[in-house]
Amino acid sequence: MTIIANPDTAKSTSRRGFERHLKIENVSRRAILQTLGLAGGFVLTAPLLSRPAFAAYETGAGKMPHGTVVDPKVFVSIAPDGIVSILAHRSEMGTGVRTSLPLIVAEEMEADWSKVRVVQAPGDEVKFGNQDTDGSRSTRHYLLPMRQIGAMARAMLEAAAAKKLGVPTSEVKAVNHEVVHSASGKRLGFGELAADAANQPVPAVDAITLKSPKDFRYLGKGQVSIVDLHDITVGKAHYGADIRLPDMKYAVIARPPVTGGKVKSFDPAEALKVSGVEKVLEVKGWPWPSKFQPLGGVAVIARNTGAAIKGRDALKVEWDDGPNAAYDSVAYRAELESAARQPGLVVRQEGDADAALKSADKVITGEYYLPHFAHASMEPPVAVADVKGDKAEIWAPVQSPGGTREDVAKTLQIPIENVTVNVTLLGGGFGRKSKCDFALEAALLSKELGAPVKVQWTRDDDIQHDFLHTVSVERIEAGLDKSGKVVAWRHRSVAPTILSTFAAGADHAAPFELGMGLVDMPFEIANIQCENPAAKAMTRIGWFRSVSNIPRAFAVQSMVGEIAAATGRDQKDMLLELIGSPRIVKLASVKDLWNYGEPYESYPIDTGRLRRVVEFVAEKGNWGRSVPKGRGLGIAAHRSFVSYIATIVEVEVDDKGKLTVHQVDSAIDCGVFVNPERIQSQLEGAAIMGLSLAKYGEVSFKNGRVQQRNFDDHPVVRIDEAPLVTNVHIVPADPDTPPSGVGEPGVPPFAPALANAIFAATGKRLRALPIGKQLAI
Amino acid sequence: MIKVKINGQEQSWDGDPSLPLLWYLRDELGLTGSKYGCGQALCGACTVMVDKEAARSCITAISDVAGREVTTIEGLHPTGDHPVQKAWRQVNVPQCGFCQAGQIMQAAALLNQNPKPSHDQIRDAMSGNICRCGCYQRIENAVHLASTGV
Repeated sequence: MTIIANPDTAKSTSRRGFERHLKIENVSRRAILQTLGLAGGFVLTAPLLSRPAFAAYETGAGKMPHGTVVDPKVFVSIAPDGIVSILAHRSEMGTGVRTSLPLIVAEEMEADWSKVRVVQAPGDEVKFGNQDTDGSRSTRHYLLPMRQIGAMARAMLEAAAAKKLGVPTSEVKAVNHEVVHSASGKRLGFGELAADAANQPVPAVDAITLKSPKDFRYLGKGQVSIVDLHDITVGKAHYGADIRLPDMKYAVIARPPVTGGKVKSFDPAEALKVSGVEKVLEVKGWPWPSKFQPLGGVAVIARNTGAAIKGRDALKVEWDDGPNAAYDSVAYRAELESAARQPGLVVRQEGDADAALKSADKVITGEYYLPHFAHASMEPPVAVADVKGDKAEIWAPVQSPGGTREDVAKTLQIPIENVTVNVTLLGGGFGRKSKCDFALEAALLSKELGAPVKVQWTRDDDIQHDFLHTVSVERIEAGLDKSGKVVAWRHRSVAPTILSTFAAGADHAAPFELGMGLVDMPFEIANIQCENPAAKAMTRIGWFRSVSNIPRAFAVQSMVGEIAAATGRDQKDMLLELIGSPRIVKLASVKDLWNYGEPYESYPIDTGRLRRVVEFVAEKGNWGRSVPKGRGLGIAAHRSFVSYIATIVEVEVDDKGKLTVHQVDSAIDCGVFVNPERIQSQLEGAAIMGLSLAKYGEVSFKNGRVQQRNFDDHPVVRIDEAPLVTNVHIVPADPDTPPSGVGEPGVPPFAPALANAIFAATGKRLRALPIGKQLAI
Repeated sequence: MIKVKINGQEQSWDGDPSLPLLWYLRDELGLTGSKYGCGQALCGACTVMVDKEAARSCITAISDVAGREVTTIEGLHPTGDHPVQKAWRQVNVPQCGFCQAGQIMQAAALLNQNPKPSHDQIRDAMSGNICRCGCYQRIENAVHLASTGV
């Protein structure tokens, strides 16, 4: 069955008590456009099952744009030779989702994974449901729908076999790519049954039986290699830039050096002298704030990318810098710090933190600064477009194929049905490729030139014109009574909001930003106040892997270390004491608690689970072991994307301030899981990214211009400074625990665990990132 | 006219001799396995072998390889079963996979010169190749595995 939003289903879901309206704090990166009334959207929901082998749970999937489609005829096809094709409708950027979701279908339909081929779906959300690959949602939202699709396909195969054999359906059973009639010993392969199965009615969702987890062959088991593994190792995997069309032109664009600026004038003469350069033309930009639209600039068109880059180097452009020409990171930091020292908008209040801080025996204050981060995925933005008349075809590494399709249609003013968005592999995404400005540039240029065009961003373009991670000051004051117990907690978080990229003047955090580690802070403290002073954005702010959780976890978990140090307690014991009793946290004072778009009943803040990952990592990672002089251990734990993670870092700081990370242990409780091998790889990678952010992560501005350009002045961690050992420990999951995020949650606890370890090793407390030269003696 | 042998095949180019080899491979020949990541030899995604030695094709002018032999990921092994490629699959190295062709070519070049590198030597030799997904532990393990027989 296909579940597509229409007035009737909206009504029926409403009657079932589901929320119908989209709120700003809900849903995806792209849905911000919709919540601000900038695009149409509608709501639907996946049906729920309640069967003995499987506890029902509700997710926020139905509130995503275009919701969920549960239809085996859309997602599964079987060829007469038995090869089963399963659609992957989410984008692969390294998380393994292109393998994991089809694997779920294969599991339920009893397909043999070696006879399964994965086919990438184009952007079409009416057909496939929501495709925004962001927010660590894919497994969380699609485990159940994919199981249902697989179970429906299995039921159709069994019905076809029963009919063919003339036996009741109850006597046959699909087993590993065959349907078996055990009484007669007859077996029919999936290929033989394909045509008949396709003619079977699709069973209703309440008429299917999901497999018992004890019968799983793939889900939650050892390792399943990603489907693209072989192609990647032989250079045949196709990313955005690998698309080549006949007569395709190659373009690079000179964009305004200040966000919100525009072209004043340009002289193409020198560029046109470069061998291979064919044309120079202006690209339309959008006024600030420009949403996901192109920044504008001057494009150089050539017969190959190298010529286009050389041509751009020779191009002369005069810019009008616009409203953000004064952006200066040093001055801006001082402004944020000043704001964090004043009362701000109160976004959570329990007890009376002001009074409790005044009467506290001791107040510990920590003010933490985290700069802008650039995504710097190894594949810079790139897109190919072929626009002919009122039709457009795009090939691009986008996290949001559905949103890209909508935006291309709107930008070119053509019907959405005339736009095809083909999704290539993504050479990393980390949130950058949720924004389709690069695809829109290609579409506009192709329309203008009447030829297929590839727009390649250089690394300089990527770092200079990113949708940056916000910049923030987090100020925490903790009040302790005479016994050392924390009785008051005030956290002020001030940072430009992602909303500013969409709405001019937006200067307070959205509920989805507040809900990433600020108002959902789980500690058991009598008096808590969270505040959000205003901050004006002066560049494009966007989602970066883990988003606001990075600064919040850094501040909160560093503060735990500070309190432990001030009171002479073990970091882990202090952390557990602050987390407090195992309970479901009630956040009565928080309006519009985001909770990652998930219903609180399915995904509450469960301090029992948070405690458990702390205890699990402490046990597995041998917390408290003695380490040689010059080394230290640090720990941090954080709930994000409704998963629970704790990380231990062992660091050595030598007498020149050089860091060596000897060991990392991370434990995750992500509920029931699909492919532990990919969970492990995500957490290994999160440690590297966490270390990169901590050591080097910074994009800074002067005179409105980004001061970094490439991997020399914007370094990231290389193999020779990677942790020597990274261990990943997955908390065994009860099959009834709903699945939760994996791609993002590993990052936030890393930097505070490292900072706590550095303190243990050196006695030096780092409150600002990047570490840079702070440890140099 | 510049003549160069690429993956065993003679090619000739009469365009701009300063064109970086990477763009010649990718845009003119359609050998898209070598990737663009930085354009300044800072990330290693474009790594190929020139006469068996690792080279960053993004800053190597095509005139620099005139008369020489270039091997790209597509030409590393006829069936994709070079020991490094096999080790890469056995260890499940890649996440997004974008940097991996460069990593594999760098690793293969390392093993050409030093068939039994130590872990420190591996980390040193591979330090010019960035992986933003953070597959380093597996890269190190896979190079080690390739050096000890897969």
